[in-house]
Parts: sequence; structure tokens; C-alpha cells
Amino acid sequence: MKRKPFPWHVVVFLAPAVAIYSLFMIYPLIDSLILSLQNKDPDGAVVFVGLQNYQTLFSSENWSKPFWNAFWNNIEFFLYHMLIQNPVGLLLAVLLASRIRGGWLYRTIIFTPTILSVVIVGFVWRLVLNPAWGISQGILDAVGLGNLNQPWLGLENTALPTLSLISVWQNIGIPMMLFLAALIRIPDELLEAARVDGASAWTVFWRIQLPLILPTVGIVAVLTFVGNFNAFDLIYATQGALAGPNFASDILGTFFFRTFFGYQLQPGDPYMGATVAGVMLLIILTGVLIYLFAWQRRLQNIQF
Amino acid sequence: MTRPAWLGALAVHVALLAYSALALFPVLLVIVNAFKDRLAIFSAPYALPNAQTFTLEGFRTLQATANFPAYFLNSLLVTGGALFLIILVSSMAAFALAEYEFRLNTLTGLYLAIGIMVPIRLGTVGILQLAVDLNLVNTLWILILVYTAQGIPLAVFVLSAFMRQLPRDLKDAARIDGASEYRIYWLTLPLVRPAIGSVLAISMIPIWNDLWFPLILAPGERTKTVVLGASVFLGQFVNDYNAVLAALTLAIVPAVLLYFAFSQQLIRGITSGAVK
Repeated sequence: MKRKPFPWHVVVFLAPAVAIYSLFMIYPLIDSLILSLQNKDPDGAVVFVGLQNYQTLFSSENWSKPFWNAFWNNIEFFLYHMLIQNPVGLLLAVLLASRIRGGWLYRTIIFTPTILSVVIVGFVWRLVLNPAWGISQGILDAVGLGNLNQPWLGLENTALPTLSLISVWQNIGIPMMLFLAALIRIPDELLEAARVDGASAWTVFWRIQLPLILPTVGIVAVLTFVGNFNAFDLIYATQGALAGPNFASDILGTFFFRTFFGYQLQPGDPYMGATVAGVMLLIILTGVLIYLFAWQRRLQNIQF
Repeated sequence: MTRPAWLGALAVHVALLAYSALALFPVLLVIVNAFKDRLAIFSAPYALPNAQTFTLEGFRTLQATANFPAYFLNSLLVTGGALFLIILVSSMAAFALAEYEFRLNTLTGLYLAIGIMVPIRLGTVGILQLAVDLNLVNTLWILILVYTAQGIPLAVFVLSAFMRQLPRDLKDAARIDGASEYRIYWLTLPLVRPAIGSVLAISMIPIWNDLWFPLILAPGERTKTVVLGASVFLGQFVNDYNAVLAALTLAIVPAVLLYFAFSQQLIRGITSGAVK
């Protein structure tokens, strides 16, 4: 621009945000990545060890088993969200987008669990599913499936699916709102024209609505991915840091927490903790980059 | 178009009602039972409390064993402080990015945008070390600063997008009148009030509800937030249904009331913030 003197006001405007963000977010992230490349030698001195921590995590006997367990559990956790939360969220959004009377009330109610703290949600469901209270037994009895009742959170093969569904129940409001916002922006004339031509709601959805909201589908997918691979609170609040039973519900967030802070007799290890965080960062960045390059580019190809 | 239209509408209502019931059922169940005695909680979980079964026993246990008013105050201070800082520093930065053309503009914008996708939690090891170095462990300040850093990326993104749409003439007129750049920033703020409301709404929930950072950075009794306090209390009183239900009710009701009061703003915030 035309201004000749050094624009001090630009610096003044930017400095506080850049300083806080750099000091409390970027610097700790970099510091953590550096720590993941260090460890203590037998004398207790900190030494640079390159990628050795990562190698230990992936292949040593003590580390690799819990790490891969948490990793695959996290994939399963993510798949439940992708296959249940997002399609059901989309379905609810399509129903709400039909301008039904009282839509705002349904929307507000369905979003309610999303605003509650994960700790509270975890505990509420722990109570509801607790065989001692017998709520789940009573409901299953009422529909004649009483003998299917189990202590869902306490069994190794049902704990993770149950926790995933609790998380889906809580977070479904987010994809629903994002899909709804995109659906509302589709011009009415377009939908009207299709209906006049005799298209069913089914056809309208697959041929008009879904193609037009594909950018939002991508955003929802990447938000789900980042959120799921960073999840911790629900499992910690419901099952504790040990992510029981027998680590059946352990995901990367809880594994990171235990590695960093230790548990029971195992002492905490900041170097290995930083290593786990480094792997999580890599996973999340991979997901975000796939979204940015593959999904966005394909969308552009479709548009032009 | 063979089926009558009202039948379709009815089906939509049934589906939405069913899902709404599923969304509210566990929450209502907890609130209703929080006011009943132990026997009634187990023998008639779906009944409303009546004169015989009504009790505040759980709330009394709560009062006697945990300092929830103090936890509430901590949560309020942390959330309020972080939101204030987020809005202040992000609006300043967003103003600079939207208003001036300077060499590092795009780069600064991109740098600040990294945090939209990279979760701040992954830097926890570094943050704890920093907190120890700065002597800020077990203070509310460290939580406020970390949440501010967490909120800045999205806030700058939303606010600068909004500020770019403001008409130039207004600001140029003020400049001709001799207003300083700081004064112009100050005059701009009321014009972006809707965007500020959106940023407040989307930033507030994750801060108020967070368990991770209070647990790691400020677990002391004096600095416990509601979520951490509730989590500790619930862990200790697992088998005292009265107390647990009372604690859950106390954590749920204020949040839900606030939500119903600000739901329009919140919903606008979520949809404008995440969809470009």
C-alpha cells in the first residue's frame, strides 16, 4: 500500500494473538516432537536417539502390543462414527430440511446431548446400562428381548461398541447441523422442479441433495476423523485410565495419557508419551492431507 | 405422488419424535430420579417424585463433601477469561489480516490456521513442561492461556472472513476524519457482532466441558473446574445413587438452560464457523 512509515499498528494488532498461540500451542507441539526424539541413557543424561522411540513403540514387546491394540480400537471407534453417526445425522438433517412444522424444536432437542460434558454423558449412560439399576433390562423386557441384556460396558467384546454408540449418541448433533445448513442452502426451485417431474424423495436425495452437499460430507468426515483420533474424555470418564475391561476400550488418547503419566506400578515416561503424541499427530495430519488433496481435488474435477 | 402428503409428514414426525425421545431419555431419567429416595429410584425409576418419595438427600451429600459452588466459580472464571481473551486478541489479528496488505499477510493467516485442524492436546507434554517452567501449574491462568491458544485459530478464521466483507467507505471516511487505526478497529467491532456471537458460541462448549487440561494442568482442589470436580466426585460416590444423580443433575441443568437460551446463536455459529 501507499504507507511509507513502518506499519507499527499492524504489529500491535497481530502480536498478542501470535504470541499466545505460538507460546501455548506451536512451541509445545514442537517441543513435544523434539522430546520424542530424545531419551535418557543409563546414567540419566538426556540424549538424542533419533527415531528409536518410534521403533520401540512399533516393535518392542512391551510397547507394540498395547499400541497396536489402541490403534485398531481407535480405527473401530472411528468406523462406528462414520458408519452410524454420519449417515443417521444426514438422515435427520434431510428430515428436518423438509421444512416440517416444529423443526426447530426437534433440532434443538436432538442437539442437546452435544452440549453436555462428556464426563456427564459417560456417567449417565453408565447408570442407565448398570445391571444394578436395571433400566436396560426393563426396556429390553418391554420389547421382549430381555434375555439379550448384558453388562455391556463390562464385557471385553461389547465395551468398545457400547462406548462408540454412546459417543455417537452424544455427537450426532454436529453432523446433523452441518448437513442441515448445507441442505437449506439448496435453492427451492431445484427441488420443486424435480418433484414436478415426478421424482420421489429418494431420487431427489440421491440425484440432487447428496451431490450438492458433497463438500460438507468431506468436512464432516475430516472433523470426525480428527475428533475420534484425539478422543479421550468419554473412555476415561466411563472406564478409567486403564480403559477396561482388560484394555478392550483403549484408544490412542487413553494410551497417550497412561504412557505420559504412568499408571499402577508403571511410571510415567515423557519421552514415550511425546512419541505416542507424535504418532497421533502423524495420523491426524495424514487424514487432513488426504482430505485437502484427494477429496477437494476430486470435487473440483466434478465441478469443472 | 401416490401417497397422500400428510402421510409422509406424519412419518417424518414419528421418526423425529422417536429420535428426540432417544436424545432426551437418559437425561430426563437422571433428573427425575435425583429427587427421589433410594427405594423409589430402584423400584419405580420412571415415576415422578411424589410427596412420599421426594428427597434432597443427594444434594445434601453433595454439599457436605464437595465444594461445587467453588468449582462453578472456577469454570466461570476460566471460560469467561478465555472467551474474553479469544475475542480480544483474535479480533485484533483478524482486523489486521482483513484490513492491511503486507508482505507476510497470507503466511500469518496460514500459520494461525494450523491450529484449526491440529488438536492442541497433542502438545500436552510440552504444555505441562512449559507450565512447570512458568510456575503456572495448578493455577486458573494456565487453563485460560491454553484455551485461548486453542480458540484463536478458528476465531481469527471466522472473524477475518467476516471483516473482509465490511464496506471500505466507512473506514476510509473515518480515516479522512483523522481517526487512528486503533480507533477504526474499535469502530469496526460493533459491525461484526454476529460473528463475535458465533465465535463465542462455538468456543464456549469445548472449554466449559473439557476434562483433559484441568486433569493434567490444574488438578488441585482450589482450581478444580465443574467437570473435573464432578468426575472426581462421581468416582468416589459410584454406589451412592442419590449423590451421583444429584451431582449429574447439578451439572446438566445449568448447561441445558443456557443452551436453550442461546441455541439460535449457537446453531448459527456452528454452521457459519465450520462451513466455508
